[in-house]
Amino acid sequence: MNSSKLFNSSIGKKIVMALTGIFLVVFLVVHCYVNANVFFSDAEENFNRAAHFMGTNLLIRVTEIGLFAGFILHIVQGYKLELQNRSTRKSKYAVTAGNKTSKWYSRSMALLGTLILLFLIIHLAHFWVPSRFGGLTEIEYDGKSYHNLYLEMKNIFAEPWVVIVYVLGCFSLGWHLLHGVQSAAQTMGWTSSNYLPLIKNIGFAFSFIIPLIFALMPIFMHFDWVLNTGALTLLF
Amino acid sequence: MQHYSMNLTLKVWRQKNKNTAGSFETYPVQGISSEMSFLEMIDVLNERLIKEGGDPIAFDHDCREGICGMCSMVIDGRPHGPWKGTTTCQLHMRAFKDGDVITIEPFRANSFPVVKDLMVDRSAFDRVIQAGGYVSVNTGNAVDGNAIPIQKDKADHSFAAAACIGCGACVAACKNASAMLFVSAKISHLALLPQGGPERKQRVVSMITQMDKEGFGSCTNTYACEAECPKEISVLNIARLNREYLGANLSGN
Ligand code: SF4
Ligand code: FES
Repeated sequence: MNSSKLFNSSIGKKIVMALTGIFLVVFLVVHCYVNANVFFSDAEENFNRAAHFMGTNLLIRVTEIGLFAGFILHIVQGYKLELQNRSTRKSKYAVTAGNKTSKWYSRSMALLGTLILLFLIIHLAHFWVPSRFGGLTEIEYDGKSYHNLYLEMKNIFAEPWVVIVYVLGCFSLGWHLLHGVQSAAQTMGWTSSNYLPLIKNIGFAFSFIIPLIFALMPIFMHFDWVLNTGALTLLF
Repeated sequence: MQHYSMNLTLKVWRQKNKNTAGSFETYPVQGISSEMSFLEMIDVLNERLIKEGGDPIAFDHDCREGICGMCSMVIDGRPHGPWKGTTTCQLHMRAFKDGDVITIEPFRANSFPVVKDLMVDRSAFDRVIQAGGYVSVNTGNAVDGNAIPIQKDKADHSFAAAACIGCGACVAACKNASAMLFVSAKISHLALLPQGGPERKQRVVSMITQMDKEGFGSCTNTYACEAECPKEISVLNIARLNREYLGANLSGN
């Protein structure tokens, strides 16, 4: 296998986008699952303990490096492809088909990605930087000291504009995923007439549900809403 | 549908040659029949331009029955015009109504340089085909094609892909000027048949290498190509092309 030739080809570059994209999607699921603690009663302790685990477990810290690499690769490659694709038509059309032949979000992945990147910078500055480099208050559970990341979230989401920025970030994510999930499957060659409807439905459900859960987090925290775990046990 | 006649305003891209800049010229045309094809409508205008001593509009065409893929032009932002699964020569003027203003441009892509007016040079496609879009055939007596059993659904998918007429509308429609739908049709056509077997891996690698060399963009799966393709080639062929390409590379071509 000539891997440099493969990854320098147009299809190879797309495969890099697809594989890193799939990796980031897996990360979103884990992130969403861990953070879902904030919806329920005893959120402070449960969330802080979960965050402590994520911040100290060696395997997860190593994966975190991979995660940053994945983000950087996806972002850099994405911009490179966008620039290259923009240079293939020097003489522009006077009239274009617009939404008649394709979806606006499928044509706007770089724009949506840029919005997500801006959000990501704000988001890392809000939570990741203080978690890793200090600046959080401490809290004790069973005689052990934990970062009180939960309190930090409470304080940050007390600001209405922050909540709005986060919800907008989730919208960008949703549209990016709406194209991204099925696009990754297509690039990997997993789409065929048998699986296409299934893949499209999974992609749609995923890009709706995950951003929705994320968007609800700052809203819940801002308004001090809590789902009673007891009620939840009843529900399930 | 009732036959009717219409007056139209055409905004047509005029460009002397590859090296000069082009611009739009406006031409009013009168008494166009709804039963004319789009190309016949341009013929009417060209006859008038010739009589007036002007330069007729250059455009490509050959079969005028939707099978050769020559009649490239972008009509109101749509390669081959507004009808689905139709070439420009098969587009009829009943798609328009009296008083319409129609903008006619050439297929635009760096890889398809304008020769003159609406004519573009699509020899990049020929070079992609030359790179691998063929099968080897032994000399000697011709073999009966039907002697080779082929699974029905494979034959059907291959046949559907073989319907590609190499018109280039997919490139013209794509925001990235990507040629993936065209190449995927050619790859699928041969990869699904036993006759395409011997060169299968080398073919996909060579054709993609040539496609990239020609400066076509990278596919971002917007599927505008499928929407505009006059032969309604499915983008599932692109998924097959991706599989073939990855497979050929991983298995050490
Ligand atoms: S895939 Fe369709 S649009 Fe592209 S060259 Fe073939 S027939 Fe034309
Ligand atoms: S002229 Fe042959 S397809 Fe239109």
